[in-house]
Amino acid sequence: MNDQLIAAAPAQSSPPALKPQSPEPIPLSVDSLLKRFGQVTAVDGISLTLNGGECLGLLGPNGAGKSTLIRCIVGRAIADAGRLSVFGFAAGTSEAREALGWVPQELALYPRLTCSENLGAFGRYHGLSGSKLAQSVAWCLEWAALQDRAGDLVKNLSGGMKRRLNMAAGIIHRPRVVLLDEPTVGVDPQSRNRIFEMIEALRAEGTAIIYTTHYMEEAERLCDRVAIIDHGRIVAQGTNRELIQNSFASRSQVLARFAGPADEIAAWVERHKGRLVDGVAEFTIEQSTQIASLLDDAAKAGLELVDVSLRRPNLESVFLHLTGRELRD
Amino acid sequence: MIIPIVRTALMALRRDRPALAMSFVLPIAFFSIFAAIFGGQHNSTAKIKVILVDQDRSRASLELTKGLEREASLVIATRPPSKDKAAAPPDYTAATAEAAVKSGDAPVALIIPAGFGQNPISFGGNQNGPTIQLLSDTSDMIAPQMVGGLLQKAAMTAMPAAMAEQGMKYTDQYIGGFTPEQRKEMDANLSYLRNLETKDSGNGAAPASSGSGSGGLVAVKVRSVVGENKNGNMISFYAAGIGVMFLLFTASNSAGALLEEAESGTLDRVLSSRVTMTTLLAGKLAFNTMLAFAQLVVMFLWAQAFFKLDLFTHIPGFVVMAFCTAFAVAAFGMLLASICHTRAQLGALSTLVILTMSAIGGSMFPRFFMPAAMQKAGLFTINAWAIDGFTKVFWRDLPVSELWPQVGVLLAVGIALFLIARRIARRWEYA
Repeated sequence: MNDQLIAAAPAQSSPPALKPQSPEPIPLSVDSLLKRFGQVTAVDGISLTLNGGECLGLLGPNGAGKSTLIRCIVGRAIADAGRLSVFGFAAGTSEAREALGWVPQELALYPRLTCSENLGAFGRYHGLSGSKLAQSVAWCLEWAALQDRAGDLVKNLSGGMKRRLNMAAGIIHRPRVVLLDEPTVGVDPQSRNRIFEMIEALRAEGTAIIYTTHYMEEAERLCDRVAIIDHGRIVAQGTNRELIQNSFASRSQVLARFAGPADEIAAWVERHKGRLVDGVAEFTIEQSTQIASLLDDAAKAGLELVDVSLRRPNLESVFLHLTGRELRD
Repeated sequence: MIIPIVRTALMALRRDRPALAMSFVLPIAFFSIFAAIFGGQHNSTAKIKVILVDQDRSRASLELTKGLEREASLVIATRPPSKDKAAAPPDYTAATAEAAVKSGDAPVALIIPAGFGQNPISFGGNQNGPTIQLLSDTSDMIAPQMVGGLLQKAAMTAMPAAMAEQGMKYTDQYIGGFTPEQRKEMDANLSYLRNLETKDSGNGAAPASSGSGSGGLVAVKVRSVVGENKNGNMISFYAAGIGVMFLLFTASNSAGALLEEAESGTLDRVLSSRVTMTTLLAGKLAFNTMLAFAQLVVMFLWAQAFFKLDLFTHIPGFVVMAFCTAFAVAAFGMLLASICHTRAQLGALSTLVILTMSAIGGSMFPRFFMPAAMQKAGLFTINAWAIDGFTKVFWRDLPVSELWPQVGVLLAVGIALFLIARRIARRWEYA
């Protein structure tokens, strides 16, 4: 292992840099990371690796510990225990910082500066200057489709544009690992698609990406692998297919809505080992032929069927299956 | 619907405890400060320091000196403060007294010339004899007038024998002289008066004042040794005083950008780059120093253009003082910003601290009007040191080398405040 122990590191001191020993070190390695805030354990022994050119999704509800994990990786939070390395360099070293690009959840921009000025400022903070800085600013503006708004003040941009500029400011120094912390929060579907295209362009260049979200669809679309996080722990990780296979095998889900007394519906759903989520009864079945007998039984119990559908399990189903809670709780 | 609105506003105010505290603390703090300065605490009224040079050393001059020393509102200094306990410094001379007034050691100096005792009483403007010189610093408009009045009072009450003797001389000169019996009687009375003077000076009690004492018993020539060629007003004082006060507000407001950046997450992003917290704070300190310096330049240029402040002949001193003041003020702003957690807190705290500092430090009215204790308290403010420095430059025309106390204090204060701010800013570094 090339990892550097960062447990209980003093706030001021940076761990010594380690030289990578293998010719192709892992872009990001997290091992048994622990972070507490008082009595609350935000990150509880998380381990994961990010491979070159890979997009790893961190899927979990708000408060699951995704952002804290990201902040530990970029050195903005000091882990209480665990190991963390970026291309073989310990977190917090200048090599690790330069290899990482962080797009925080907040719009971390200077509102009174223009798009170009913001990118220029953050580029300089990363040591860029002269023509290299100008080229990087131009590339980022194009990547974010903001060339036409380069001279506009940030405060005058739309929400989606601000989000894109926020992303561009995070990669102005062209890092090899990019950490995207819920980059689509609060944007409309059109802007969200534009952001997806930006991320896919990054992936095409071979950039390794960690993408945190609580939107299952985003993880399914963008990520090669997904780590499902809940209460600071990774409860499962793998490709979409692997996660669904491991949780449901060949089973499917039946979703049904009934009219009638709520307590009778709840009792009936419980008897048939289903769950009621927002008034919709969910059942896991092995064979599609089980649907008919399920509905027949409902009719005998005096429940009036409103509608019914068959659904293949998805990441949300996996999360529900593993944690007993909805992803958006 | 009014009650729910009031209730909501109350709840919001209750949550913002610093603002709530300031609502009550601010007026009380200011009331206390102004009450301390202007309140009727007679015991703490500022005494006027008067440098006295007695070139005559006659009985009349010594009596006059004793009379002045008995005045409770005056502090008479015949020699500079001793720096070496073993050797007392020499008495003031006319030249050193004038230099001391020019350098601001005292607002007034009195020179009793040789031969004063021969003809101490002028009786309505007789200027034939030697005249007492009153050297004044017109930046303090009160002190010279007070000293002039008290000088006449001292002459009236401390030199009855001299007055009687002078009267006899005039009688001899203009009426034809006394008979031997009359002269014997007068000499006996003069002896009595001199005995009374000796007793008065022995018990140290100040004689009761019976008037303003401004009847011109002793001839006095008032000469302004500082500001005699100035415009007569105190433009430099107010430019410095008001300038520093607003500089403090600007600096704290500018440093407050740090709080906005912390709230928006920009600070986190910056600190995840190559920029360290020390670099960041140093950069902001440099910017705020430049901003404050520019403000002072603009203010003094304005004073030059519209109030005839002589800026261009004082450039070196101005630049030195403006830089040191700007640096200290910028560091002060950084400290306030690092202490506070929100803009609202910063606004409340900066208002309280800056107005307090400005009141005590002389930005609102000159410190020499204040009681002695308040004048000493003012030395704990940036305002006082900055104003003293600018006054040295523009009012006293002192060279840059004479600014070392103000420069030293302001730079030291700036460095100390910055280091404290850096220490407090650790809370932003890591979670």
